Amino acid sequence: MAAADGQISAADSGQKASHEKAWHEIVLQTLKRNDIRLVPYVPDRVLTRLIKEIHADPFFTTFPTAREEEAVGIISGAWMAGMRGAVLMQTSGFATLANVLASLAIPYQIPLIMLVSERGTLGEFNYGQSLVCRTMRPVLDSLAIEHHTATRLDEFEFIVDRSIKQAITTQAPVALILSPLLTGGKVFDK
Amino acid sequence: MSDKMNKPLARNTKVMNRFDLTARLVAKLKKEEAVVGGIGNTNFDLWAAGHRPQNFYMLGSMGLAFPIALGVALAQPNRRVFALEGDGSLLMQLGCLSTIATLKPKNLVMIVMDNGIYQITGAQPTPAAAATDLIAVAVGCGLTNSTWAADEEDFERLIDQSLTASEPMLIGVRIDDKPGTGTTRRDPVQIRERFMLGLGVREAL
Repeated sequence: MAAADGQISAADSGQKASHEKAWHEIVLQTLKRNDIRLVPYVPDRVLTRLIKEIHADPFFTTFPTAREEEAVGIISGAWMAGMRGAVLMQTSGFATLANVLASLAIPYQIPLIMLVSERGTLGEFNYGQSLVCRTMRPVLDSLAIEHHTATRLDEFEFIVDRSIKQAITTQAPVALILSPLLTGGKVFDK
Repeated sequence: MSDKMNKPLARNTKVMNRFDLTARLVAKLKKEEAVVGGIGNTNFDLWAAGHRPQNFYMLGSMGLAFPIALGVALAQPNRRVFALEGDGSLLMQLGCLSTIATLKPKNLVMIVMDNGIYQITGAQPTPAAAATDLIAVAVGCGLTNSTWAADEEDFERLIDQSLTASEPMLIGVRIDDKPGTGTTRRDPVQIRERFMLGLGVREAL
């Protein structure tokens, strides 16, 4: 699935059979169906297409933030005031969040929905990314945060939709880790 | 290291008191305006000024008072939202000033309580105390409606102005080194639930 020549993979370019939606289309549609309107993000190459499409859709209020925890603060305030949101980030961005998860999202019971593009594995070319990736699941597990790693397109809509609904009804954070197996990842790029 | 290092920046503004200013602000709120209190003394004084259902008190996540208030302001554009933040806290999250300047929420008012120290940890000077003008930083980030309050009367005038402002406003106040007046009850779930009730998002059980 992942292209080896540095191009974005077929999964990301949306060149799929017409009945099969690309992963980023599934994210956009599932966010919409669950009335997730606010989408602050710190960008990632893998998320480029999704970010572009969310910007193009007037349903969403979407913008970049300087740091991931800033986006978590914004989502938390918006949810308390009646607007649902989700944060887009990459692995190294998640690594900056332990404090805000432990002092805001969890103790205040905020349904923080995180979509994390997974760097650092399955063809990573940056050693720093591969090291920081290894901290992600231990941090999630140590805080008992629900998390799923999405690897397959056929299960993806189910995982995203159910995880959003569970986060909202249980008022607990959830992390959806988007594996290179799903997205094609970023391979030997500049 | 020079003597300059620990000397606070000279400014033509009066040194005021956090609790006094917070009480003056709260007294002017008549339309169920939301108030987000940053960690430590900032929200202790908000608590001490008299609990309101539209108050949110942070018990961690240093630096996120403005981002949290921005989220509230985006979700409820017809409600005015105030955020109270310490200078040390703001230094943790200066990038949010650019985000807010870009989004320009017309209903967001930010107040920076600047004493140049981390009062609650033993009054150590912040890295900005001797060198940085936080209002100049805010203006540089694009928040053009940012200003120091010269004294209490000026602060009240600025608050009056902020209640009908049509762009985000940031008010800097120089404050003394006094600790907070009260202590917020540290019950995050109840704080969040009462805030949501106060914002009309929830009905009580």
